[in-house]
Amino acid sequence: MATLSLRDVRKSFNATQVLHGIELEVADGELVVIVGASGCGKSTLLRIVAGLETPTSGQVVISNRDVTGLEPADRDIAMVFQNYALYPHMSVFGNMAYGLKIRGLPRAEIEKRVQAAAEILGIGALLERKPKQLSGGQRQRVAMGRAIVREPALFLFDEPLSNLDAKLRVQMRAEIRRLQRRLGVTSLFVTHDQVEAMTLGDRLVVMNAGRPAQVAPPMEIFSRPADTYVAGFIGSPSMNFIPATLEEGGRAARLAEGSAIQFADGPRPGPAGMPLILGLRPEHIEPGDGPDSLPLAVELIEPLGSETVVHGRAPGGLAVTARLPGAFSGAVLPVQLPAGHLHVFDAGSGRRLDP
Amino acid sequence: MQKKVIFRGTLLPIALLAPQLVVTVVFFFWPAGQAVYQSMLREDAFGLSSEFVGLENFREVLADPSWVHAALNTLVFSGCVAGLALGLALFLAVQADKSLRGATVYRSLLIWPYAVAPAVAAVLWLFLFQPQIGLIGRGLNAIGIPWDYRLNGTHAMILVIVAAAWKQLAYNFIFFLAGLQSIPASVLEAAAIDGARPARRFWTIIFPLLSPTTFFLLVVNLTYAFFETFGVIHALTGGGPAKATETLIYKVYIDGVENLNLGSSSAQSVILMVLVVLLTAFQFRAVEKKVHY
Repeated sequence: MATLSLRDVRKSFNATQVLHGIELEVADGELVVIVGASGCGKSTLLRIVAGLETPTSGQVVISNRDVTGLEPADRDIAMVFQNYALYPHMSVFGNMAYGLKIRGLPRAEIEKRVQAAAEILGIGALLERKPKQLSGGQRQRVAMGRAIVREPALFLFDEPLSNLDAKLRVQMRAEIRRLQRRLGVTSLFVTHDQVEAMTLGDRLVVMNAGRPAQVAPPMEIFSRPADTYVAGFIGSPSMNFIPATLEEGGRAARLAEGSAIQFADGPRPGPAGMPLILGLRPEHIEPGDGPDSLPLAVELIEPLGSETVVHGRAPGGLAVTARLPGAFSGAVLPVQLPAGHLHVFDAGSGRRLDP
Repeated sequence: MQKKVIFRGTLLPIALLAPQLVVTVVFFFWPAGQAVYQSMLREDAFGLSSEFVGLENFREVLADPSWVHAALNTLVFSGCVAGLALGLALFLAVQADKSLRGATVYRSLLIWPYAVAPAVAAVLWLFLFQPQIGLIGRGLNAIGIPWDYRLNGTHAMILVIVAAAWKQLAYNFIFFLAGLQSIPASVLEAAAIDGARPARRFWTIIFPLLSPTTFFLLVVNLTYAFFETFGVIHALTGGGPAKATETLIYKVYIDGVENLNLGSSSAQSVILMVLVVLLTAFQFRAVEKKVHY
């Protein structure tokens, strides 16, 4: 049972700073997902926790023990790598037993633990095989098994699902979640896949250019994104951004082409004329004619079966994406922008503006 | 995605193959055939006549104590050269594989000895170990170790082993370095997280994963020590003192070129030829069976 604290962790490679002071508290048994585009520093952060990289400054604390200066071996962690990193010359059993042998466990205990882990993962029949003779999904399980048998304080996952095909990925995703719940091991999971992040995490850390843009539970990240980056990153298709300015009194926003939207939940602070960015998720855009509806010139229709994604342009040339239930065809789509689903951001800083 | 070109007629393919075939025939098959033929002849002392003696030369060679002595020398020499060249090259490759400042310079410098001709290499080592003018040779004598490879057979053997191993070091180094670089970093990181310290990582992960490379190099090094070290030995010790550094290949030269005992010399080279064939066959068989990761 363990907790993890990152205290002002910074990392520079020569002159390039990749992590700008990361603060994070992971509670015992929690699964925190670090999600971000490639190059945002998420893998570097995980490798710092593992001890494979040294932070330029800051502290890594596992269960109130400062491990910043310790070797990976002394941190009581286990890691699942993207390419599984199985030992190619050892059998499945050998792979899983390696860490236990090094710790000098008695042979009977090693066999017991490996058998138990293999049972949980359904790879009991494969123990004599070499990694080369396994499929991608099986290798993934062996890599997980190698982590489980160690009974570590902390699990680290470095994009473990990205080498699997789409179907297997969904299956393994659910399996990892179940396993983590069952074992109750504190875990850190790195991914670039927002669906993985949303479905797996108790909490998400959305990273942007070496800074945590938002740390919150998945649904909060979805419904109350902290800035335009998070808003655009989470959700598919991504959120529509509409430039606007704040009206006198802060109760409404005026769009570039002249119409105004009243805020449903109260006035925003700020001077009149302050530039804003309004965010609206494609699924919240409602089709329908009305006095203040926008006629979208349809550019592309993507039928997905149960719903249809329509890419169009508003009169001012602004690109708008709408997700409609059922099928759609036509050249013009009149839409309403429902004020109740509006996200308001400061155009200057990109930060969310709440009433 | 195989693309086969089919020639019409036979003239063009033969013309294209001819240069290679001519070289092989003139410089390999013809002399090899000559050696086999010669090995069954005995010439008189003046080279005016020869008679067919069958396998008599082979019988004599194998029963000759000086041949057995040379064979033992060869075993010691080859074993030590291969061991030294492989061990040192592996050590250096592991060092070069680390991310060091100036790693590329270091790597390039280590490859240079391979480009040095055997005789030049020998002279270089001579300048180091010669008891009167050599840097190390003088040093050894100065601190009270009576070093003289011209009088002491063990010293001579050590010298030729070191020189021959140094020549082969670069070749081994390149292969080991390539082998090391093909081991995924994440596998070693996984081992580090599993708790393995550097020494343990080396013996349980790196060394087993390098074993195909090591085996290939072992055969290449043995072949090298058997057959390609003539130049080094000739320039350094000339097989002496008292035949202490006379290997099989050197004895072929002494008996054939200096003593002009062509029948015996040919028989010896045929024996060596059989050895190299066996060694190569062994290697091919093993490579086929060997698991590649």
